[in-house]
Amino acid sequence: MNSPVMRRVLAGLAAAVLAVIYVPLILVVVNSFNTSKVFAWPPPSFTTQWWVRAWESSGAREAVWVSVRVALIATLIALVLGTMASLAVQRFTFFGKDTVSLLIILPIALPGIVTGVALKNAFVSVMGINLGFWTIVVAHATFCIVTVFNNAVARLRRLGVNLEEASMDLGAHRWTTFRLVTFPMMRSSLLAGGLLAFALSFDEIIVTTFTAGEGIQTLPIWILQNMFRPQQAPVVNVVAAVLILVSIVPIWLAQRLGGDEGVPAAH
Amino acid sequence: MTNPSIRIRGLTKHFGQVRAVDGVDLDIADGEFFAMLGPSGSGKTTVLRMIAGFEQPTSGSIELAGTDVTGRPAYDRDVNTVFQDYALFPHMSVQDNVEYGLRVKKVAKAERHERAKDALASVHLEQYSERRPSQLSGGQRQRVALARALVNRPKVLLLDEPLGALDLKLRRAMQIELKELQREVGITFVFVTHDQEEALTLADRIAIFNDGKIEQVATPAELYEQPINPFVAGFVGTSNLLENESAKTLLGREGSFSIRPEKIHLDPADTTGLQTASGVIREVIYLGATNHYVVDLTTNATLTVARQNLHGASDQNLRHRADTVTLGWLPEHVIELTTKEN
Repeated sequence: MNSPVMRRVLAGLAAAVLAVIYVPLILVVVNSFNTSKVFAWPPPSFTTQWWVRAWESSGAREAVWVSVRVALIATLIALVLGTMASLAVQRFTFFGKDTVSLLIILPIALPGIVTGVALKNAFVSVMGINLGFWTIVVAHATFCIVTVFNNAVARLRRLGVNLEEASMDLGAHRWTTFRLVTFPMMRSSLLAGGLLAFALSFDEIIVTTFTAGEGIQTLPIWILQNMFRPQQAPVVNVVAAVLILVSIVPIWLAQRLGGDEGVPAAH
Repeated sequence: MTNPSIRIRGLTKHFGQVRAVDGVDLDIADGEFFAMLGPSGSGKTTVLRMIAGFEQPTSGSIELAGTDVTGRPAYDRDVNTVFQDYALFPHMSVQDNVEYGLRVKKVAKAERHERAKDALASVHLEQYSERRPSQLSGGQRQRVALARALVNRPKVLLLDEPLGALDLKLRRAMQIELKELQREVGITFVFVTHDQEEALTLADRIAIFNDGKIEQVATPAELYEQPINPFVAGFVGTSNLLENESAKTLLGREGSFSIRPEKIHLDPADTTGLQTASGVIREVIYLGATNHYVVDLTTNATLTVARQNLHGASDQNLRHRADTVTLGWLPEHVIELTTKEN
């Protein structure tokens, strides 16, 4: 198994798989500097004019701004509700606890198209709410909460109740204990969960399609609507390149923060 | 007599179908060093957690210094706990850990700083105040946990297997330190342990737990010399248990009895006043300071005899397997035990 030949074969396979994933992404970034509008390969020469045009495109800038706000607010809601739900599930016993836990996690597994249709019907037909910015936020929060909840639950389980008992033993009430002990111990896991939630929301397209109001476009939707217009193709490409870079940062940060450094294991 | 430091009446705790604690009555005097000893699962830790307020009893009451605290949360009781794994806050310095109790009780900054410094000095850790708990050794963490509890000047200090995580040598040193500390601060210490040697070394009085109930509460010497039932006789020290037939033939009495191995003489020179029996040595166990001889008696019973190695372990001084010997003991060293049946 551990022969040099085997190791080389495995290394080759790994490289091939990674190449299939990442070469197209690198192409997107390279093409954003390609002078050819139809992405002739190899690029005849390089230019930054598409980046300038993308920057000047009010549609693209507007879409970025909508996406950032949606992702930030949805993440914030997910952080508050996800933390509270994780504490309820990990620190209290109540009837139907396992069911609640499952119901919170479920939205991430449900097909986006189902969630989208269901939410649209609920918003429009049942509640009589006009689709708009806030309907996107609420829709995104339903699946953003999952990453926060999962991270927080894992951390709380690992942490155990010893530190919280010690805090109460020393005279701290529940809220003080949360503020001074539980929350600081959860912080890195919440940050990791929040960054993942942000990334999920930022590139979500299916649920957004169903829950976005008239004239409100998130960045992925703007890309979808512009990519088949020949005039816009290079600009879309620039926006895609930006999206790649913007997505990498939170995921990289989340991975670094997700570790359990300094958190003692519960016994 | 003034109110005891802790008064427990009819304390019971069920976890589902399991009766972890089953009707415990206990009085612990002010300033006492008290041990709760028993095998794991005997309920001793659950009683400690109910005194601390981490578990609520199914029924029964707990009084601290004359005040009923049953049902009060942990933060509303004048007790502090040293946890088995210390439970130091990993994100705070040693100083902040020790100050924590004073901080949440809104003690002024200058005062709490001063008191935490004194507490750390009393456990010889003043130079470590800026470190994180992860940068300390096990013994040092143990002392921080002690300082963090004692700085609050509780009426009672609870210790859950306080020395369990330390190696043998450090444990011995910490035992002495704990005992000195308790004498210095003069408050009631209640600790849980499954180590009988630790309980005998440290405690003024010991409660023996078994199966959710207390079997006996007594001083270490009383427990050893006057165990009331077979469980206590067997759990504290080694004991020769004589029941039913063997008691009748050997002692001529009905009931259950215990004789400690060191109370039995091997081939006594003078048997006046002794009860005697003869037998054959089945096993010789060399223990350094003592030798244990397992002797099969002609009357079908087996007795373990301890003999001090006063003259070294040379061949002439030791007895051998298959030697025929006479055993003798004073009648007053036969302890009558009560069994659960009667």
